[in-house]
Amino acid sequence: MPPENPIQQEQTRFQNILVEKDYQNVGIIRLNRPGALNALSYALMKELVQALEEFDSDEAIRSIVITGNDRVFSAGADIKDMSNQTSVQALREGNLERFDEIQKVTKPLIAAVSGYALGGGLELAMTCDIIVAAEGAKLGQPEINIGVMPGAGGTQRLTRALGKYKAMDMILTGQQISASDALAHGLVSRVVPNEQYFTEALKIAREIAEKAPLATRIAKECILKSDEATLSEGLEFEHRNFYLLMSSEDKSEGMKAFIEKRKPLFKGR
Amino acid sequence: MSETSQEAGDSILLRKENGVAWITLNRPNVLNACDLPMLKKFQGALRECDSDSNVRCIVITGAGRAFCAGVDLQSLKSRCDDQGSLGDDLREGFNPIVQRIRNSERPVIGMVNGVAAGAGMGIALACDLRFASENAKFVEAFAKIGLVPDSGATFFMPRLFGLSKTLELVFTGDGVDAQEALRLGAVNRVFPLEKLEAETKVFAEALARGPRGLGLAKRAVNRALAMDLESALEYEARMQQLAGETEDYKEGVRAFTEKRPPRFRGK
Repeated sequence: MPPENPIQQEQTRFQNILVEKDYQNVGIIRLNRPGALNALSYALMKELVQALEEFDSDEAIRSIVITGNDRVFSAGADIKDMSNQTSVQALREGNLERFDEIQKVTKPLIAAVSGYALGGGLELAMTCDIIVAAEGAKLGQPEINIGVMPGAGGTQRLTRALGKYKAMDMILTGQQISASDALAHGLVSRVVPNEQYFTEALKIAREIAEKAPLATRIAKECILKSDEATLSEGLEFEHRNFYLLMSSEDKSEGMKAFIEKRKPLFKGR
Repeated sequence: MSETSQEAGDSILLRKENGVAWITLNRPNVLNACDLPMLKKFQGALRECDSDSNVRCIVITGAGRAFCAGVDLQSLKSRCDDQGSLGDDLREGFNPIVQRIRNSERPVIGMVNGVAAGAGMGIALACDLRFASENAKFVEAFAKIGLVPDSGATFFMPRLFGLSKTLELVFTGDGVDAQEALRLGAVNRVFPLEKLEAETKVFAEALARGPRGLGLAKRAVNRALAMDLESALEYEARMQQLAGETEDYKEGVRAFTEKRPPRFRGK
C-alpha cells in the first residue's frame, strides 16, 4: 500500500522549480514559473541543474521526471535575460552550457511535455532520455523569428533526432509541429491523451526505477555514446560495459529471480 | 438578394438553455453566407461553449430559410480580384470552426433547416449528428466555379456518403435532398420544417443530461478515423480509463444498482 501522501514535496530553497520525491524512487522536477510560461531564466536553469545533481547523487532516486504544467512545458529562454546582454556577458553567464550539464546526469530522465515546448523548452526536453507528449503538445525551435537560432543544443540534438531535412525545415522556418507529427518523426517516445501525459511519464519512470540501477545507467551511457562514436568504437564500448555488468550483484539477483520465477530485488550494486 | 449584410443584427447568435448552446448563423438575407468577421464570431461562440461547463451539447443552425450558403460571394469576388489566398481564408475562417466542432468534447448537432451549400455543407458534415428539415438540401457546387470542396468536405463526404457517391456529387455539383441524405446515412433524422426545432431541442437536451463519457467516446471515435487497429484499441483503453475515473461513471453504476435513472453532471 502506498503511504498516505505518496509524493513528498520539498519545501525549499528553490523559487523557480518544485522538487518532489515519489515513494517509488522517482524524482520529480516541475518547472514553476506559470506567469512566465516557464521561461528558462538563468535562475531557473541554475536551480534545475542543482536539483538534478542532487537527485543524481541520491541513492533513493533511480529515475527523474521533468515536467511543466498542462498549458506549457516551457516556452524557451527568458528573453528579458538576454535582450540587453552582450556576447561577453552571456558567455560569462554560461547558461547554454547548463543544458550540457543536464546530459551528464547518469540517471534516466523523462520529459513529460504538455502544451508548448519551444526553443530552449524543446532543447531541455531533448536533453532528457525519453519524451512523453500530450496529444495537444506543440514543439518547435522558433528562435529564427527573433533573429537568432537555437543555442542550447537544438541544431545538434534535433538533427540527430529527426535527420537533416526535417531539422532544417523546423529550425529555418521556425514552424511548430504537433505531437503526432513529432512521434511520426521519432522526436518523442510516446503520445498520450492530454490528461495522461504526467501519469504516463511517471509510470515509465517507476518502471525504470524497478530495474537494476547500474544497468539502466550504463545502458543510457551506451546509447548516448552512439551519438559520439563510430560503430566499432560504440560496439567495443557496449561489449566492455556488458562484461562489467556481468560482475554486478544485481546481475546475479536478476538471473536468479528469473530462474526462480519471482520479481528481482535490485540494490544497485 | 440584397448585397449588404445585415449590419444591424449580430451575425452569430448564441443562446444557452437547459444545458444546450444554440448557435444561429444570422444573416438570413444572404442565406447565412459567412464573411471573415462572421466566421471569427462563430469561432468565438464555439470557444465560449467549450469553456462553459454548463454547456453540455451544442446545436448549430441557420436563421431564415437556409442553413448556410457557404462563403459570402461578395468577399469571394473581392478575393478573386485582389488575387488573395483562398487557402489562407480557409485556414483563418472555416477550418478552425471545423476543428473546434470535431475537437469539442460536447456533442454537436447540425440542425439543417434549409440549404447547406459549399462551406456551409462542410460545417453541417463536421457536426456529430445532422437533423434536417424535409426541405433541406446539401450542395457542393464547387465544380461549377472551378474550385474543390472545402471546409472538411473532402474528409467527411467519403465517410458519410461513400466514395463513389461523393465523387459523383463533387464532379456534377448536384445536390442531395434530405430524404436521399437520410437514405445514404449522412443525416440522422428528417422532420417537417415546423417540427425540426422542437424535435432537435428534445434530443439535444437529453444529450445535455448525458455523462462526461460521451465526450470521451467522441474523442475516441474521431481519433480512430486516423488510426490503425492497434493504436485505436490503445486509445480506446485510455479513454475508458479516463471515463472510469469520472463522477458520472460512479453515478451511473450507483443508479443501475439502485434501479433508478442516473443523474449525470458532466464531470
